[in-house]
This record gives sequence, structure tokens and C-alpha cells, in this order.
Amino acid sequence: MLSYALRRLLGAIPTLFILLTLAFVMMRAAPGGPFDADRELPPQVRANLEAKYPLDEPLYQQYGRYIWDIAHFDFGPSFQYRDTSVNDLIASGFPVSLKLGAASLAFALIFGIPLGMLAALRQNRPADYGAMAIAMLGISIPNFVLAPLMILVLAVYNDWLPAGGLGGWQNYVMPVLALGTAMMAYVARLARGSTIEVMRSNYIRTARAKGLSAARVVWVHALPAALTPIVSFLGPAAAGIITGSVVIETIFGIPGLGQFFVQGALNRDYTLVMGVVLFYGILIVAFNLAVDLLYGWLDPRVSY
Amino acid sequence: MIFGRRKKMQQAAHGRSLFSDALRRLRSNKAALASIGVLGFIVVAVVVGPWLSPHNYFAQDYGAIWVAPTTTDAHWFGTDGLGRDLFVRALEGGRISLMIGFVATLVSLVIGVAYGATAGYAGGRVDGVMMRIVDILYAMPFLFFVILLMVFFGRNILLIFVAIGAINWLDMARIVRGQTLALKQQPFIEAARMSGAPAVSIIARHIVPNLLGVVAVYITLTIPQVILFESFLSFLGLGVAEPATSWGALIKDGADEMNRAPWLLIVPAVFLAATLFCFNFIGDGLRDALDPKDR
Repeated sequence: MLSYALRRLLGAIPTLFILLTLAFVMMRAAPGGPFDADRELPPQVRANLEAKYPLDEPLYQQYGRYIWDIAHFDFGPSFQYRDTSVNDLIASGFPVSLKLGAASLAFALIFGIPLGMLAALRQNRPADYGAMAIAMLGISIPNFVLAPLMILVLAVYNDWLPAGGLGGWQNYVMPVLALGTAMMAYVARLARGSTIEVMRSNYIRTARAKGLSAARVVWVHALPAALTPIVSFLGPAAAGIITGSVVIETIFGIPGLGQFFVQGALNRDYTLVMGVVLFYGILIVAFNLAVDLLYGWLDPRVSY
Repeated sequence: MIFGRRKKMQQAAHGRSLFSDALRRLRSNKAALASIGVLGFIVVAVVVGPWLSPHNYFAQDYGAIWVAPTTTDAHWFGTDGLGRDLFVRALEGGRISLMIGFVATLVSLVIGVAYGATAGYAGGRVDGVMMRIVDILYAMPFLFFVILLMVFFGRNILLIFVAIGAINWLDMARIVRGQTLALKQQPFIEAARMSGAPAVSIIARHIVPNLLGVVAVYITLTIPQVILFESFLSFLGLGVAEPATSWGALIKDGADEMNRAPWLLIVPAVFLAATLFCFNFIGDGLRDALDPKDR
């Protein structure tokens, strides 16, 4: 187990290295620089600025410096926000994004798993069709459609929830619903499929034959096995939530990482944008590793 | 009489192929059939519809600004703040959205099938290296790179095709490889190899045709993903550029003005959601038809 984790961590290094290189190449290949203001800067000012954010060194030196800094978790200074490092920006935005993402994931699991299991236990009956129709709707309505529609109905026509910004828990209701609904739908479909399969297996028949109650068979015997595909879905789910948060944070005006990313990209704040992309990349790699370890723990048949 | 009996025997001897079996199951799936109908209607509307309206998608009519859906002057879905007719714009946007869906899926299909079939057929170390590359690419937050590409190099439809296609082939390559590994053990592949057929022609003539079922399912599930992705980009203001439009771009415009003109949001949202809904139902139906394990 430990050696597997170590091997996976080592395996993640080339991935991250390619990510870094790609980020660096794109930053340098992009036309237009961070100091292309509306007004041409005086050459002396420009040279000073470039010397400050070492842009005047040869490329390989810049690349080396970049890798070195990142290896020390230093994402460099932001080009746009003067006197602020990208680390500070990430530190201020990530907790907000994390709260939003975790709440959405929790929402998806808490509602998706029971919905899917219910559908499986009532397979091909009205409850099943109803649950799967809801799931299909959830998958087919994109979050950037759901979010404005919710704002229209819940905030504009009825003054039930705030339309954006950050404050109390009310501010999180719509973003979490918008971000979590599609995820919930996927979870419900996965839970249905795996529950149907598990309920047909021999050990469930044995449990039934022993005379266990239906509830015990479902919750104690079937549930852990039915959960395994959902655990392996958590990796892609986290990536999906991170992507979705970009648009959701923009719509609801939430000052998280996603909004920084969009603003940074539009302002050509290279270091901020690349910092956020790298941070996300590292996060996804770490999350996938955690999910794989959890998977092995849940399903003893998996060996490393 | 004799003739009739003979015909019956022929039928019995003919047997049922996987394909005809699948078709029969698909036909009994009402949701999938209805989805095919609705989707066909949307496609025809998108192709033919703009010609039915007296307006075009970029003309501005300052005499008809913020008109709610009405039959007067043929503004069936209303107009936006520049007096552009939403009926034509929604269909025109659909043309772009669907076209991106089909073309980008085709790109990912070609790359993914070629890569996956080659890796699966070659096996061994080649397979290991090729799949390791896929694994590494898989962990990249590509979407962010696409967003950056759009920001840095301008919004251009060709770039969208290439970028989306280049991301989506990873899944396809994995699925195709898995299938190829299983197919490779089949006697007819052995026979082809025995008779001295070169690897390229075995892949092209024997492996790829047998992947069609899986690939068909995957295509119907990829097209909506691609449409969704393009809409996502357009919603962020990074997809197709004005005056061209897509459903995502229209939804963005609508979301900005929903207090004043909710129809601008609702019309493209319904089109987009209905299309995605249909594709997903058809994909599900195809999967169940080809692999009826869970039904």
C-alpha cells in the first residue's frame, strides 16, 4: 500500500513536469504581454518592469527559474494586482472555492446515491423511470443555463435568495445547486447501475436466503459494493466541479479561484493564470491518488 | 405451400445478427425513438428554418428593440437589444453549435480510433508506452489550456474544432484499445495474420469495422459533450465571435439581459437543453440495445 502510494507519487512527477513545461511555453508563446497597456510605456519604465519580473533573461534561464520557484511552491508575483503574489491570491480564493466545491460534491452524493439505489430497487417501475428522467434532465441542463434560470426565478421574480456575492449560507444555495445538480445526476445513474448488478450477485442471494431483512441486505451488504464505481467517479467529478466553478463563480460573483482564472486570462495576468492552472493540476493529481487509495480500501479484491 | 415452408426455413437458417438484434431492441425503446424524432426536427429546423423568416441573423432593426415573442413582423421568438431577430439567431446559433459538435467529434473519432486500435493491436511495450502517454495527458487540466488558447490566439472556429477534438480523443482511444485487445484473440484475426495480411490492413479491415458498435454509442455521447463544451466557452465569451453566434453565446447574451427580456435566455436554453437531452437518450438507448445487460 505504502509502496504503491510512493510509486503513484513518483508517477505523477512526469505529469506535473509536462504540465509545467506546457504552461511555460504557452505563456511565452502568447502574443501580447502583461505590460501592453492602452498607452505605450516609456522604454526605460518597460525595461525596469521587465527586469523586476525577470523577463529580460534568456529563455532557458527563465524556464529554470520558473521550475525552481514552483518546486518551492512560489508561483511568483501577479502581473495585474501590484504588490500581491499569486500565492496570496490563491490563498484568498481557494478556501471560497473549496467550500463551494465540497458543498456541491456533498449535495451530489447525499441526493444522488439514494436516488439511484431507489431506482435500482424499483427497476423498470414508475419510481425508476421518474428517478432516471430527473437524472437525465440534470445531465442535459448545463450549469450555466441552470444558474441564470435559478437567479431569474428565485432572486428576480421572487426575492427568496440573494442573486450573488458572498455573505451567509443563503449565498451558497444557488451556486451549490447549479454546480451539484449534474454531478448528482451522474451519481444517481452510476448508483442505479451498480446496485442492479450487485443485487444480482450470489452473496446477496446468500444474505437473503439466511433470512436477513431487506433493509439489512441493502444497507449493510449491498451498499459498500455498490459504492465502488462512485468512488472511482470522484476523480472526474472533482475535475468537473473545478471546471464548473469557473463559470459558476463568474455568474454569482463569488471571489474564488475560478473567477481569478477568468479575470486573469482576460487581463493576460500570466503568472496568476498559470499559477491557478498548476494549482488545479496538482490538486487533481493528488485527488486522484487519494481516490485510488480509497478504492483499494473499500474493495479488498483490488491489489496494488 | 411448399414455397412458404421453404421461405420459413430460410429465415430460420438466417439467424439473427447482433446488429439486427440491437436494431430491434432500439425500436422498442420509446424514449430513444422520440429523441431521434425531436433531434431530427431540430436539425431540419436549424438547416431550413432561417430561410423561412424574412429576417437575417445580423441585421439590426432599431424599430423593433426588445420585442417580446410575437407574430407581428414575424418576430416569432422576439428580438434582442439591437433589434436582431431571435428566431433566426437561435437557429443560426444551432447551425454553429451542431456543426462544432459533429466536426470536433469526427476529429476526436479519427485520432482516437487510430491511436487506440494501434496500441491495442501492437500490444506489449508499444501499448504500454502509448497508454502511459494517454494517462499523462488525461491528468492535464486541458479545459484551462483551451480557454487560454482562446484568450491568447483569438477566437476562431478552427481552433475550437482542433482544441476540442484534441481533448476528446483520449476517452475514445482508451475504449477502442480495450475492445481491440479483446478482438485480437478472435480466431478470424488469427486467420488474417496467418494468411500474411499486414498489420495495417488487419487494423483497417478487420479490427475497426468490428469496433463500430462501441464507437457508435460513444459518438452519440461525445457530440453532446462537445456542444456543451463549445457553449461553455461561448458563455465565458471565448467561443465563436460576433456576428456569428452559437447557443452558448446566445445564452450568455440572454443571461445578461434576463431581467428585461427573459425570452432571450429561455429560447436558446430550451434549444440547447433539448438537443443535449435527445443525444443523451439516444446514446443510452444505443448502449442498452448493443449491451442489454442492465435492462
